[in-house]
Amino acid sequence: MTSASSNRGAISIRNVTKIYDPEGVNVMAVDDCSLEIGAGEVCMIVGPSGCGKTTLLNAIAGFHSITEGEIYLDGEMLCGPDRPLANQGADRMVVFQHGALFPWKTLAENVAYGPIVQGAMSKAEAIDKAGTMLSEAGIGDMAKKYPGEVSSGMARRAEIVRALINDPRVLLLDEPYRAMDALTKSIMHESLLEVYDRTKVTIFFITHDLEEAIFLGDRVVVMTTRPAKTKKIVDVDIPRPRDYTTLSSNRFRELVQEAKDAVHEEAVKAFEAGERELA
Amino acid sequence: MTQAAQDTIAPHKPGSSGVSNTPKKRSKILKALSSDTFWRGVVSLIGFVVFWEICSRMKQWTGVEVPWIGKVPPPTEVLEAWTEIFWLPGYWESWYLSTGRVFAGFIAAMLLGIPFGLCLAVNRYFHDIFFPPFEVLRPIPPLAWVPASIVFWPTTELSIAFVTFLGAFFTIVINVLGGAKSIDIRFLRAAQSMGASQWDLFRKIILPGTLPSIFTGAAVGMGITWEVVLAGEMISGGGQQGGGGLGFFIWSSYMGGTVAQVIVGMISIGIAGYLSSSLIRYLGSISMPWRRLF
Repeated sequence: MTSASSNRGAISIRNVTKIYDPEGVNVMAVDDCSLEIGAGEVCMIVGPSGCGKTTLLNAIAGFHSITEGEIYLDGEMLCGPDRPLANQGADRMVVFQHGALFPWKTLAENVAYGPIVQGAMSKAEAIDKAGTMLSEAGIGDMAKKYPGEVSSGMARRAEIVRALINDPRVLLLDEPYRAMDALTKSIMHESLLEVYDRTKVTIFFITHDLEEAIFLGDRVVVMTTRPAKTKKIVDVDIPRPRDYTTLSSNRFRELVQEAKDAVHEEAVKAFEAGERELA
Repeated sequence: MTQAAQDTIAPHKPGSSGVSNTPKKRSKILKALSSDTFWRGVVSLIGFVVFWEICSRMKQWTGVEVPWIGKVPPPTEVLEAWTEIFWLPGYWESWYLSTGRVFAGFIAAMLLGIPFGLCLAVNRYFHDIFFPPFEVLRPIPPLAWVPASIVFWPTTELSIAFVTFLGAFFTIVINVLGGAKSIDIRFLRAAQSMGASQWDLFRKIILPGTLPSIFTGAAVGMGITWEVVLAGEMISGGGQQGGGGLGFFIWSSYMGGTVAQVIVGMISIGIAGYLSSSLIRYLGSISMPWRRLF
């Protein structure tokens, strides 16, 4: 398992602008957005649908280029004027909205994939380590199952384990628990907090669920409607470790309300602008 | 994670949970025998044969001929013809020749079609150069190639095999190309993030991701090769120059006026096609164990 480390994984997003199709329709997805995310921070990103949150995540991951600005990881430039598209790398692992476990590999083979293709471990070592890590995540019994054989919650946990085996500096999560029911979601939250407490990996987490954002995050960044900018940052001063008694505390309710007010304003703007309403 | 929490989200799939006290799976045969669908199929087939027998014999029994089907020999006569030729080596030689041609053409189409389709999918330059002529040649029906094939190739055998190859090749390529193109971008991104090289992407993501389409293409291609080989054999004839096969068997039975044997040949092709498809399905299920779940 990755070593607990909170001295790495700092992301600096400086004046980033992203315009899709610069020679054509010119859709501005992100406009002069700046955000500092500390090493080992859980930063939750919320905002209206289509506001450009995923664009930002894709830029950090190296899936999309940026038009202007710079993004740094621990002081090293990932992308900027000279290199608009960041290199993809195992230091920034993405957990996708609808999951991206390879259906043709068992959970253990999925988890072992990174170390094998990087040449960091032999296949046997990687599978062995994958088994251990899946057991730590409470799904060791499922190691030999294919993703199609397990529940979505288990698949998502396996996907986080697949990311963690690469010892990333940042975990980029794009609404990973969106389609889950409330009960499974709460189990997933507990599991993610457990992972975070153990690894202190920096987490960049996109969500629409404000309670999830306050419960998990150190800070909640509310984005404006497209083009995305930071509208408000809610500092979550609820101490860790958090558990489900946190959900009924007054402070939790106050912070949710604060975030809700900010998001609501943007949702109304987005609606008026003909955007789809907040999901 | 608590045990209770795990239990909450653990899928409850009898026979697939891996838990030791899971009831043993019933064999496929027993399962089939106890299914209504199976018995409905059996009744339907028996009903069809009885209906055919009655219609074919109607003239003999009542003097009134049932249109179309009344000219076809009844199943009992077909069975009789079959038992007669069943022991003749010539009949089995026809099977052997046709099957050999189908598989020669089919395997050649797979060996060339899969890499060709994958190259079209992953390399833009390759696609730009080779896709246009491929698309021009693709709509030409395989049988339209027969005369050209006879000119191209020195022996009848090679001509038939070539036409058979064409029948499967285009279908396989189009399926592989479509399958490889439709692989979810998330899989490619996830693999690249984890440090996969281009070769790893090709071998461990694109190839397994395309397997379902490869087997779909193979199943369709196999059907076409049987159609094409029979037509080729009917055209090529028998004798010393090659030829023969089930297609020629049907044709020579027709020329000899033994309609019952024509039906035997037709049913033989049905059985051969079914066995070929079953083989492809079996190979598909062992190559794609994750698909057995669905």
